[in-house]
Amino acid sequence: MKNKGHLLWQLFAAFFRIGAFTFGGGYAMIPLIQREVVENKKWATDEEVLEIIAIAESTPGPIAINTATFIGTRTAGFLGAACATFGVVLPSFLIILPISYVLAEFQNLQVVQYAFNGIRAGVLALLLKSLWTMYKKCPKGLVSYLLMAAAFLITAFIEIPVLVVLVGCALVGLLSSYLAKRRESI
Amino acid sequence: MIFLELFLTFFKIGAFTIGGGYAMLPLIQQEVLNHGWIELESLINFIAVAESTPGPVAINMATYVGAVVAGDAYGGAWGILGAAVATLGTVLPSFIIILVVAKFYQKFQQSFAVKGCMTGLKPCVVGLIGAAVLSIGASVMMPGGFSAALFTNAELYITLAIFALCAVLAFKKTHPILIICLSAVIGIAAGYLLP
Repeated sequence: MKNKGHLLWQLFAAFFRIGAFTFGGGYAMIPLIQREVVENKKWATDEEVLEIIAIAESTPGPIAINTATFIGTRTAGFLGAACATFGVVLPSFLIILPISYVLAEFQNLQVVQYAFNGIRAGVLALLLKSLWTMYKKCPKGLVSYLLMAAAFLITAFIEIPVLVVLVGCALVGLLSSYLAKRRESI
Repeated sequence: MIFLELFLTFFKIGAFTIGGGYAMLPLIQQEVLNHGWIELESLINFIAVAESTPGPVAINMATYVGAVVAGDAYGGAWGILGAAVATLGTVLPSFIIILVVAKFYQKFQQSFAVKGCMTGLKPCVVGLIGAAVLSIGASVMMPGGFSAALFTNAELYITLAIFALCAVLAFKKTHPILIICLSAVIGIAAGYLLP
């Protein structure tokens, strides 16, 4: 019983460190996850971590949360998942909460407004970079390009909920995979 | 009931965000703007904060939006509860789905349905982020909307110059925090030096 408690605490602490020391989230976390989970604690092997990340990519939700839940449940069941997930979320929560109060006050200062005028242009550049990274990881092909264009045009110029676009694209992907498979088997 | 609304909205965002990085941005943008919770400009400002503080961007966003919305509605201390329910909402779908998937993950990964949906979802997310870049770009470059006076305004050209410089740095893999700091310094310098 004492061992289980200790393991849960270790899961919480390891994922707290992962949450507290990665900036930007997502893929920036992978090296730290590898160090904590594979090298320090030996909860999983390198190959397993890569597999877990592949699964995290194809399930909904932030990759950091998916990875924490996955490793937590594999290591110590439901409570392990809860402790790891709570650990990875807590640093964000503790840091952002005070900032959200301070930001409201500071946003009215002239110097802060000037700074954010510049920062917004910087953020736009970061978003463009992220768009390029996502594009490079995307499968190429006619269906893929058509879906990309359709999702872009529909969301940019027609008022349609993003959810509808996502579900529609998933169905088209499923249908085109099914047709490709059938063509192969004939 | 603002807390229930926050929880449900972020549950939806958590459940339908596929892929890392900014994949959740289009959904957050649409939900937050449709509810009239936060203006687009403040949301863009906060992206910079989320990028320069530790933790997953989606969680940082949920905590921030929850704190601001509940804080505005009921006063500062209620912001803590707002942040908590929004964050819980974002986390819960992942948590439940992974608990289930972890049991039979080899089958899940080889499943035809999962692979098929992903072939549609990956390009979809690229298109959605493209649309977000377009609308955020318009708001950054033309904060007051489009008009002929825009082109005689020095601000537009400074913003374009900062954007171009940061884009070059971003593609050269400069650290995002460095890019945000640099753009802040140029923004401050331009604000005080220009008439």
